[in-house]
Amino acid sequence: MMGTKSKSQLFLQGAVDSSPLILAAIPFGLIFGALAITTGLSAWATLGMSLFVFAGASQFIAVSLLASAAALPVILLTVFVVNLRHMLYAASLMPQVANLPQRLRLPMAFWLTDETFAVVSNKVARKEDTSGLHWYFLGSALAMYSVWATCTVIGIVMGQQIPDIASWGLDVAMLVGFIGIVVPNLKFRADWACAATAMFSTLITYNWPNQTGLLFSSFLAISVAVLLDRRVKISMEQNHG
Amino acid sequence: MDEWLLIAAMSVLTFTPRYLPFGLAGKVKIPPFLERALTFVPIAVLTSIITQSSLIREGEMALNLGNHHLLAVLAAFVTALISRRLFVIVTVGLITFLVAKWLL
Repeated sequence: MMGTKSKSQLFLQGAVDSSPLILAAIPFGLIFGALAITTGLSAWATLGMSLFVFAGASQFIAVSLLASAAALPVILLTVFVVNLRHMLYAASLMPQVANLPQRLRLPMAFWLTDETFAVVSNKVARKEDTSGLHWYFLGSALAMYSVWATCTVIGIVMGQQIPDIASWGLDVAMLVGFIGIVVPNLKFRADWACAATAMFSTLITYNWPNQTGLLFSSFLAISVAVLLDRRVKISMEQNHG
Repeated sequence: MDEWLLIAAMSVLTFTPRYLPFGLAGKVKIPPFLERALTFVPIAVLTSIITQSSLIREGEMALNLGNHHLLAVLAAFVTALISRRLFVIVTVGLITFLVAKWLL
C-alpha cells in the first residue's frame, strides 16, 4: 500500500532533500581520488574502493594508513572500528526497515552513509508520513553513490594535475552540512545535553587511537540524553500524579 | 600488498556493521528504552564528528581565529539557530570559510 506520494516522487524527494549534503560531499570525493592516487593506489583500485566499499571516512583512513605503510590487519581493524557508527545508524532505523524484504534491506545497508542516514533520520524525526520510506532512502543513497563515484574519477584526474589539492581544507563542506542536520533537531533539554556531552567528551578523548574517542563520546552522550529524557518523563508524571 | 585484497576485506568489514541491524530488524525485539536511546544517535555521532574535525586540527586543539574550519562551523551554527534550511546553512558556512581563508 502506498502513501499519498508515488515511488518515483519519494525517490526524487530523497535525492532532492539530500542535495545540500551531497554537494557538501563533492570536495570529499575529489580529495579522496586525488589523495589515493598520490599515495600510490592505482586508478582502478581507487575507483573500486569508492564503488565497492563506499564509506568516505574508511576510504580516507585506509589511504592514509597505506601511505604510512601500515600493515593490512591494522588498516582493517581501524576501518572496522570507524564503521561501527554505521551499526548505530542501522540500529536506529530498525523500526523503519522491519517490514521490508531482505532484497531491499541488503542494498539499503550497502548504501547507508552519514549523509543518507542524516537525511532519512531527519525525516523520521519530523514525524512525517514515512510510508514508502525505502524509496526516499534509495533516492538519497543512489544520488550519493553516483556523485561519489563521479567525484572519485574527477579527483583521480585532478590528483595527477594538482597534487596539493588535499591540503585546501575543502572537507569543511561536510561539517557545515552536519551542523545543518544537527542544530534544527536540538529541541529539548536532552537533545542539547546530548550534543554538549558529545562535544566535550570528544575534546577530552581526541587523542585516543582509531577514533575510539568518537565511539566512546557517542555512547556517553546518548546515555546522558536518555537519563535526562527519563527524568523529564518522571517529573512530569509526578506533577500530574 | 594486493590492493584488491584490501578492497575486498574493507567491503566486508564495512558492509557487515551496516547490514547486521537491518538484517535482524523485525526478528529481534528492541527494548523501548533502547529504541528511545537510538533516536539520539544522529545528534551524538554527528556532533562528535563535527567537534573532531573543527576544534581539533592536525592533532591539536585549535581554539583560534587561524582555524578556518572552526569559524565556518560557528557561522553555520548561528545560521542554523535562525534558519532551518540546510542549503542556507551550508552556503553561509562555506562563504565564511572562503572569506576567512582569504582575509585572515
